[in-house]
Amino acid sequence: MLELLWLIPAMPFAGFLVLATAGKKLSRTGAAVIGAGSAGVSALISLIVAFSFISSPPAGNSYSQVLWEWVNTGGLSLSISFYLDALSVIMVLVVSVVGFLIHLYSTGFMARDDGYSRFFSYMNLFVGSMLTLVLAGNLLLLFLGWEGVGLCSYLLIGFWYRETQNGYAALKAFIVTRIGDTAMAIGLFLLFYNLGTLDIQQAMGLAKANWPVGSGIAIAAAALLLGGALGKSAQLPLQTWLPDAMAGPTPVSALIHAATMVTAGVYLIARTHVLFTLAPPVQSAVAIIGAATLLVAGFSALAQHDIKRVLAYSTISQIGYMFLALGVGAWSAAIFHFMTHAFFKALLFLGAGVVIQGLNEEHDMFRMGGLRKEMPATFWSFLIGAASLSALPLVTAGFYSKDLVLWDVWSSRTGGNWLWAAGLLGALLTSIYSFRMVFLTFYGEKKTPVTRTPGPVMLIPVIALAALSAVGGFVEIPGTMGNVPLFSGFLETALPKMVFSGVPESELISQIIAAILSVGGIYVAYFFWLALPEYARDFTKHPAGSALHRFLFSGWGFDWLYARLFVRPYVWAARVNKRDVIDLFYSGIALINRLSHYALSATQTGKVRWYVMVLGFGAFITITIVVFT
Amino acid sequence: MRDAFYISAAVAFVSTLMVIIQKKVVHALLYLIISLLSVAVIFFTLGAPFAAALEVIIYAGAIMVLFVFVVMMLNLGAEAARQEKSWMSPRMWIGPSVLAAILLADMLVLLARGPAFISGGNVVGPKHVGMALFGPYLAGVELASMLLLAGLAGAYHLGRRLKKEELAERETRR
Amino acid sequence: MIFSVPMEEGLVLAWVLFVTGLVGVIVRRDIIFILMSIEIMLNAAGLAFVIAGARWAQPDGQVMFIFIMAMAAAEVSVGLALVLQLYYRRKTLDVDSASGMKG
Repeated sequence: MLELLWLIPAMPFAGFLVLATAGKKLSRTGAAVIGAGSAGVSALISLIVAFSFISSPPAGNSYSQVLWEWVNTGGLSLSISFYLDALSVIMVLVVSVVGFLIHLYSTGFMARDDGYSRFFSYMNLFVGSMLTLVLAGNLLLLFLGWEGVGLCSYLLIGFWYRETQNGYAALKAFIVTRIGDTAMAIGLFLLFYNLGTLDIQQAMGLAKANWPVGSGIAIAAAALLLGGALGKSAQLPLQTWLPDAMAGPTPVSALIHAATMVTAGVYLIARTHVLFTLAPPVQSAVAIIGAATLLVAGFSALAQHDIKRVLAYSTISQIGYMFLALGVGAWSAAIFHFMTHAFFKALLFLGAGVVIQGLNEEHDMFRMGGLRKEMPATFWSFLIGAASLSALPLVTAGFYSKDLVLWDVWSSRTGGNWLWAAGLLGALLTSIYSFRMVFLTFYGEKKTPVTRTPGPVMLIPVIALAALSAVGGFVEIPGTMGNVPLFSGFLETALPKMVFSGVPESELISQIIAAILSVGGIYVAYFFWLALPEYARDFTKHPAGSALHRFLFSGWGFDWLYARLFVRPYVWAARVNKRDVIDLFYSGIALINRLSHYALSATQTGKVRWYVMVLGFGAFITITIVVFT
Repeated sequence: MRDAFYISAAVAFVSTLMVIIQKKVVHALLYLIISLLSVAVIFFTLGAPFAAALEVIIYAGAIMVLFVFVVMMLNLGAEAARQEKSWMSPRMWIGPSVLAAILLADMLVLLARGPAFISGGNVVGPKHVGMALFGPYLAGVELASMLLLAGLAGAYHLGRRLKKEELAERETRR
Repeated sequence: MIFSVPMEEGLVLAWVLFVTGLVGVIVRRDIIFILMSIEIMLNAAGLAFVIAGARWAQPDGQVMFIFIMAMAAAEVSVGLALVLQLYYRRKTLDVDSASGMKG
């Protein structure tokens, strides 16, 4: 059944082609059937393929499918080929299943929107590109998918293009990620130049064989690829685009800016883990960046008013956890957290979408409240999602993945107490802001009336994701509770095991501390935003408190800093260089063209007789030349 | 034989000059026909009787008839009839008649002296021309037929008279 | 007796006719006169061909003349159709009135 692999990305692409060419002629139902249907078929095929892969693993625990030769020139030989191993099985499953659920949700969410078929064509293109990205057998095809998802992200953030602000947000996302992509492209050139191949497995094998650990070339290549991952995954210092990307429709935020695209950086690092193992400084940088990002974003999330911006900062923060795990070599922990994060963050976004739509496009959490009774199904699902995000012990998927990350960080040879402490502080922040969101939105008094309740097509995906968020963690039972490492055991066929430091720390201690912090964070949120909201209000009234609030609200002032550091000098330089000597040359060419245009068009009098005269004169000159030379 | 050539050359020159200095189209057409006839006589003296015949039949005949048709189509109504009357005044047709008479005399003299004398043995008759046309020049003949077909289709398309509203629509589209 | 073709005189005549036609095209504004002048020019060109053919007693000159005549027939039919259109639309035969394509 593995031969069906190519159909997984092909289905959404086919859906995109149909919607893009015939979208205007299709009815809404037709567009929904094609849009969500192609994603659904793709999810179904990926389930079949994954089942077949797990039940009867192919030789070498990987399966490669070459479709056709793409490029073959000057020593560069590339094919459109898909590569399936344990890592890509997980990625494909998550992308296609979550993608399908979000498509289903969108059929209800976008029901009253004008650009219905346009929306689904972009979404299908996105899913196809994302699946290409995770299945790609060589780095250039991966890069194609990488840029494809970037394009879709741009198109979908600016989906409601009539608002200028959305267009700017889309541009920002595109340009900021472009910085990372440029680094990544240079990294690919470097790899090709030094290894002579872009096939991932070959390149990794060659790198391992030829480059010693810590060699300059390995560090340079890993650092450049990291640049790409930082941009795409919105990590420090390229994280500023993600909060603004919330301008897009909520299903887009759920699919692209929470569950799948932003984790492409995590996938890239896991896929090229050999390089990062060869470059210890870069790997440490990954861990430090992850830790810093999760704290910065966690604090920022505390101060946001817009429910989607809270979730955006939370996404940045959770991807910070994944980077932290990657940085200490806990590859499977990172992928595990990616999977559970995809479930609960998509769930939270979809729940937020229901709330926002129900309250007539109200984004401000302080104007929500008391929705517990009005939207019970949404409330319970959202609660499960928030609990999973805050890693509420034992019953949520988030607990298992986050604990694995924290424990691995603590016990890894390259990890340590400081990174662990940062992760624990982040866990506390996570549970505070998650339940702040829950309490402000669903508890307290009602502030805005509910005008629209979700239909079944929107609730079914929410409930399905809630179920996944609750039970999705049981695939990996930690050592303290019976030790059933199904997930990491499966991934070990593709990713190496983490190297433990050998210091016998107890996993139980880590878990207990994390559990206390999680529950404690919920209590803090309850205390400040439900029991005694005056405290929080008074705090923001105090001058120092208000300054801190503004600082955190703006996301640590990164936009302000970048505007002064890069944007304004650039604009200044552009203005200064507007009319320089080189321009004079080009405007001179333009002037000559314009003048000769005037001269020549003056001869076009529209008078036939004049033309005949000129023609005769020309013939006369020609004959004279012929005769007298 | 040179005399015949010079006489008809003079007639050709005069009549051609008259064509371009006429005020009325119909008068110019008369002179143009004389000009074509005189060129036909020149062909005859040059020993190209087939070209001479074609000149008379097709040029002075068919093509000029086309011109006359068009001129007639452009002048309709009572005023046109009155104009026609003024064209028929003797002053107008005396010039062409004189030139035509000279040509006729020229022609008669030539015929009276006999065909052998005309060409001096260098006659390239219709037979030779036909053999050349359908021998080495066959492709040219085919091309000419395509050209004529294109001319036919083009004239049919361009020449139809548009309805008033159609015309107005085209004018505004411009 | 050997009759020599009056080659030089014939070519001069062709030239004279051609230039007369050209002058006609340039100076006349009436489009029918322009078409007639073009006929004169074509005829002059044909005359030059026939003279050259007669000089070497070959049929090629007359063949070319026939081709020119075919072309003239096609040209005049299209040209006269254009004359009709010009007259229908502008109620005039002044060729300068059709100068909408001026630069």
